[in-house]
Amino acid sequence: MRIRDTYAYTGGRPFDPQRPCMVFIHGAANDHSVWGLQARFFAHRGFGVLAVDLPCHGKSLGRPLASIEAAGQWLLRLLSEAGVSHATLVGHSMGSLIALEAAAQSEEEAAASGPTIDHLIMVGTTYPMTVSPQLLSLAQSDPFEAVENVAAWSIYSLGPKPGAPGPGTWLYGASRALMRRMIRGAPQDAMFLGGNLFAHDFTLCSQYGHGLEAAQTVVDGKKQTACHLVLGTRDQMTPARATTALATALRADITPLACGHSLMTEAPAGLSQAIARAVGPR
Amino acid sequence: MRLHAIVGAVGALAQTACTLNLGMMMTTPFRPGFDTLALHAGATPDPATGARAVPIHLTTSFVFESADQAAALFNLEQSGHVYSRISNPTTAVLEERIAALDHGVAGIATASGQAALHLAITTLLSAGDHIVASAALYGGSHNLLRYTLPRFGIQTSFVPPGDLKAWQAAIRPTTRLFFGETLGNPGIDVLDIPALGELAASHRLALLVDATLTTPWLLQPLDHGAHLVFHSATKFLSGHGTVIGGLVVDGGQFDYEAAGHYPTLTEPYAGFHNMVFTEESTVGAFSLRARREGLRDFGACMSPHTAWLILQGLETLPLRMARHMSNTERVVEFLLSHPFVASVRHPMVENHPGHALAKQLLPRGAGAVLSFDMKGSREQGKAFIDALGLFSHLANVGDCRSLVIHPASTTHFRMSDEDLAQAGIGQGTVRLSIGLEDPDDLIEDLRQALKRAEKAGGARS
Repeated sequence: MRIRDTYAYTGGRPFDPQRPCMVFIHGAANDHSVWGLQARFFAHRGFGVLAVDLPCHGKSLGRPLASIEAAGQWLLRLLSEAGVSHATLVGHSMGSLIALEAAAQSEEEAAASGPTIDHLIMVGTTYPMTVSPQLLSLAQSDPFEAVENVAAWSIYSLGPKPGAPGPGTWLYGASRALMRRMIRGAPQDAMFLGGNLFAHDFTLCSQYGHGLEAAQTVVDGKKQTACHLVLGTRDQMTPARATTALATALRADITPLACGHSLMTEAPAGLSQAIARAVGPR
Repeated sequence: MRLHAIVGAVGALAQTACTLNLGMMMTTPFRPGFDTLALHAGATPDPATGARAVPIHLTTSFVFESADQAAALFNLEQSGHVYSRISNPTTAVLEERIAALDHGVAGIATASGQAALHLAITTLLSAGDHIVASAALYGGSHNLLRYTLPRFGIQTSFVPPGDLKAWQAAIRPTTRLFFGETLGNPGIDVLDIPALGELAASHRLALLVDATLTTPWLLQPLDHGAHLVFHSATKFLSGHGTVIGGLVVDGGQFDYEAAGHYPTLTEPYAGFHNMVFTEESTVGAFSLRARREGLRDFGACMSPHTAWLILQGLETLPLRMARHMSNTERVVEFLLSHPFVASVRHPMVENHPGHALAKQLLPRGAGAVLSFDMKGSREQGKAFIDALGLFSHLANVGDCRSLVIHPASTTHFRMSDEDLAQAGIGQGTVRLSIGLEDPDDLIEDLRQALKRAEKAGGARS
């Protein structure tokens, strides 16, 4: 479905804002399709699902968002426009920071009439999400070479079973192809930090410095957002051991899965189950 | 530098020298090379038994854990296997491995190379659509496009593979696909994939390439502008002349939605949950539809046993292809020097029209199939083939054993004289597929057969 310039995949069922809403937010240089199995899983289990393409990603138009904070604001506005009053936010990597920021902003007075975030589920996350200067530099000078590196870091196993979306998919190749498509598909005249979409997204991750305050806001907030982390024990991009400060600040429960950074594709069933447990029985 | 080991139930990292920074690190990523992928991609030790080699899962179907899981599998909410016509654990390893070797996003195994070509075409095209194809195709492919698909409303225009203007001129409003072979059969024409890919993309058309004669060890067409690749795995990928099989690889880089004329991928498919495949998977729309429609409904799937045998071949593909190339080089040099040989067609020969392109696209070698013409009559050609001892006279290429055939009377016999001429096949053309024997033995076999042929006609060079 489309909400103004934004595309959101609804998991194979029409979106109904009256149902409990689950919002999936992708990571850097990705799009909604990384959530294909999870989106269908929850759309067919009573949820209204919105797996969004961030502005300038995938099928969404618009200008690239200038910061994680701006992305959080954008997401809350989008949910309001979609008629959502309560939502579970599930974000991966950069998307998890956007989800965190949106949950924090939903506590602010100005957002009092906006959606309540019942659950914040951060997948493949850490804070701070500092990107090494070498990767940022490579992302600016040769984004396609940087894609090769990030694809290699993101997929842990040479043969995860079963992968997503199904048997026969070479996850490393699919991850690489998606990032390439996002870079090539982005408008060439858009104002990107670092000169391209890939560098832009990684710069946003690295520049975000509001995470612990945001976590505190969520924990202290009136909306009683329940916080969960789902982490890959073999994650080389956002190592699980580096999440202690964030997990503590959020008082989050943690679900570890035996996979790398791309939990949606390396451990799709485990992730769906972890999210289902987090939001409780329906 | 990190240490890596491909052991246990994982396949990648054993130890990581992490930075102390939180967040994303800058360590050297593990990017496995071709030989490693040929052995490991898509496979992990069997979780049930610990078996290191890929097990053969000879089963039609798979028990559901629950009614809920069954529904989830059917509805693409969960990844897994239901029925071996659609997917199978052994076959999936082969599919993922070929996708890895070809730098694609997904592979689909089929009953034969012909089934792979049919699956690729019918996933994208419908009645009323049109293909522009190289005229230098394997006889079976030519037959499918020239005679069989028109019966279902899909037309093909054949053009000389090296004539870019002819490709462009043949495009119609209904054209949906460019199709050629990396190395044309049997003239061994080198397909200019970068130029064709560019031309195809400028007309929002997909480029499908048959890479059977090159295998990913020699050429990865997706890196040069092709959008889809298929192989007859019967040939070099398997390598042992024991099984029939095909593989299609989805490159994931073609934007079917932006192209605007691939409704099978961009409009709801009533045959599978009204799914719009380009919404479902940005980079795997083609392979999703091919599996959920083509494999399911046409049913030309690969047996898990066949998949296992092809996997055995793939594991040694780099070693075998290197030997194929060195043997071919020796044979070509011998034939070029023989007075009874009129011409040799192989891109390593300097006067071959694809020589320069082959040096660019095929630095490891231009394949182990070549053709040549003798100076004698058609009868002398037959005498030559009958005199060969090591070379087996049969209709195949890419075996570990050396093979020979007379295309005009066998593999391409349905083609008209005009089509034969367009494909560069003469009445006296002999095709060789160079195997893995001792090269001196191959040369000796050719030498004695050429001598017999020469005597049979009394011809003089």
